[in-house]
Amino acid sequence: MPVKEKMNKQIDKNNFEPLLVAFCCNWCSYAGADLAGTSRMGYPENIKIIRVPCSCRINPGFVLRAFQKGADGVLIAGCHPGDCHYMTGNYYTRRRFTVFKELLNYMGIEKERFKVDWISASEGKKFADTATEFTSKLKELGPDRKLRDSRWK
Amino acid sequence: MSKIGVFICWCGSNISETVDIEKTKAALEGLPALDYIEDYQYLCSEIGQKKIADAIKNKNLSGVVVASCSPRMHEDTFRNAAEDAGLNPYLLEIANIREHCSWVHSNKEKATEKSVALIRAAINKVKHNQPLTPGSIPVNKRALVIGGGIAGIQSAIDIAEAGYQVDIVERTPSIGGKMAQIDKTFPTLDCSACILTPKMVEASRHENIKLHTYSEVARVDGYVGNFDVEIKKKPRSIDEDKCTGCGICLEKCPGKAPSEFEEGLNERNAIYTPFPQAVPNIPTIDRDNCIKFEKDKCGLCARVCPTDAINFNQEENIIEEKYGIIITATGYQLTDPDQFGEYHYNNPDVITGMEFERIINAAGPTGGKLQRPSNSEKPDRVVFVQCVGSRDKARGHSHCSKICCMYTAKQAMLIREKYPETEVYVFYIDIRTAGKGFEEFQRRAQEDYGVNYVKGMVGKVFPGKDKLRVEAIDAMTGEFLELDSDLVILSPAAIPDQKAGDVSRQLGISQGASGFFTEAHPKLKPVETQTAGIFLAGACQGPKDIPETVAQASGAAAKAIGILSKDSLVNNPCVAEVNQADCSSCFSCKEVCPYSAIEKDETEKHGMVARVNEALCQGCGACTVTCRSSTINLKGFSNKEILSEVDAICL
Repeated sequence: MPVKEKMNKQIDKNNFEPLLVAFCCNWCSYAGADLAGTSRMGYPENIKIIRVPCSCRINPGFVLRAFQKGADGVLIAGCHPGDCHYMTGNYYTRRRFTVFKELLNYMGIEKERFKVDWISASEGKKFADTATEFTSKLKELGPDRKLRDSRWK
Repeated sequence: MSKIGVFICWCGSNISETVDIEKTKAALEGLPALDYIEDYQYLCSEIGQKKIADAIKNKNLSGVVVASCSPRMHEDTFRNAAEDAGLNPYLLEIANIREHCSWVHSNKEKATEKSVALIRAAINKVKHNQPLTPGSIPVNKRALVIGGGIAGIQSAIDIAEAGYQVDIVERTPSIGGKMAQIDKTFPTLDCSACILTPKMVEASRHENIKLHTYSEVARVDGYVGNFDVEIKKKPRSIDEDKCTGCGICLEKCPGKAPSEFEEGLNERNAIYTPFPQAVPNIPTIDRDNCIKFEKDKCGLCARVCPTDAINFNQEENIIEEKYGIIITATGYQLTDPDQFGEYHYNNPDVITGMEFERIINAAGPTGGKLQRPSNSEKPDRVVFVQCVGSRDKARGHSHCSKICCMYTAKQAMLIREKYPETEVYVFYIDIRTAGKGFEEFQRRAQEDYGVNYVKGMVGKVFPGKDKLRVEAIDAMTGEFLELDSDLVILSPAAIPDQKAGDVSRQLGISQGASGFFTEAHPKLKPVETQTAGIFLAGACQGPKDIPETVAQASGAAAKAIGILSKDSLVNNPCVAEVNQADCSSCFSCKEVCPYSAIEKDETEKHGMVARVNEALCQGCGACTVTCRSSTINLKGFSNKEILSEVDAICL
């Protein structure tokens, strides 16, 4: 649902369609999502993927921006620790976002709205399952209202 | 003012069945940046590519979005088409509306909505894209092959024949690998050593091949064209230049240890060559079992050596070398049957297929006579057990080891040919003989050689006083079988070499569920890895028989030659760049860079600031996040580009 509508309308919780923004690393998780596609493993339409070279490219600012602009949840997916295409990138991801999650929590954004997961190029099923589970979790939580101020025109 | 063209592919009906193309077009029209929009059934076809090229020229487009399959599939195709039409290839972006949309969704309305969002994101990104020009990196025209089995030997010979230098690094004292241990090969029953040893000799004599046996790769740095490798040469305790391979030392040595080559069925000396045809034919002192190293006594070998080649003080030696490409050929091993207690592998008369190869081999511990290891008597009944640890999700490995069905048929045949009075039983889950001449071969074992094939798994092997009682269920009749047997031969699962994990970490290549190295694409890139310049050959990628291994090794060599034949390679232009005017000189970026690509740069204008070495940068982007003044950006994935994608998706 477009954000403007979301802002103006009283959201019907039962028909709420959350927006889930995913950042996937090019080498593992984006390829894992491709594999889910080639294997025709269905999952909800709510997830929209942005490709980045490595999960360590993802700036916490990108996540905040997504929440500010209307995302109800953000997923970061990278190679499993030890399997990073760039050797150590996902270790930085792990450290940065462990801290960042606390910050989100402190800001009042439910910690279930943000997730870092490791999905390899061969884990199409894991990608589909993660997308499905995350979406239904967000449906339970309802729309994210915490950062809506920044959406006011 | 940017003029952006959008091209939507139907992919036959792969996309158009789930995504309403007309509605998508309608939803996009009116976007301020959008200048041109077109759809076609197959954009990747020549006609489709021409449509894009023509529009770039005629409409004077400054950016292109292709909404189609995954960029991992056709990004290069479309970027090349754009380049041919005079547009910088990095001004073209892909919106993945097949793998990430039409193939995973079934609700047409929602899928159409999503594809619009994905295309919008790509349009937003391409608005901020900058034309990029790749740099070039020189290529070291030298190849490294890790592993000296038949895969490594074949790759090395092929590359050497093309005129490039090759180094083989082999962990054991001789090249040859598992194939050297095998008696006969299926389905032709050729003598394995007879077809392998000429290749071993060819590899050792070839002017372009250098062997590093009894050596291991210690460290790998760098990237395609420029790998920096440290090879650890373990001390052989023999001066290789002086040794003539006369073998007098071998006769005199009193130290003993189980022979690895003979699968522990007999002993070798502490100074040893693993087998008579070993290449190089230079002995090695096994320091763990040598009396000189244990007690500082003996030294007999040094006294009898006519050329004074024994050197007890030899030290580990590190060799540093630069390579353009690396071929991984680390092979396989058999899983330890000890973990399957029901087979009583600790009983001497329960052996593995590889042990049987040595027993039946004329040069083996029994001189080729089939004997029970416990009492050296000829067995009257032999039972083969298939799938020990293979196709066993609960306790072993889920994969099929592929080679066991065939080598078992071969071994059963060899027994029945030499000893027609010996009964042979094979217990199996399924017989898998997909391969040229394989089915015929297995049928021959069954029909002409009278091998008894029983579908069903062995439940338990009970070691009795003399015989081994084998209990099994015949799955076809449901009958419970008890067989008193003299020899039980297990087919343990083929698993990656014990050092595969170390190699994977050193090279930065990934391993699949069973630990075998993962190829870049299961269908179209079977010898490449995800790391450019590193290739796979043989059973390190998955269980394989000899012809498949050789074929893959030659395939890997061809790919390697493709790189080695170039003087320089095109660099990935999506690298980090520093805006030196804003750099606060904290050098946090330098700390996180895995490639040491960030240098301190003494500038006149800004003082000591960070600078990116574009030849070393691989474009991961770790530095961009860590940068305190937010002055490092990643070309092709800049903050602006990614944030504008976020904005478009959230619109």
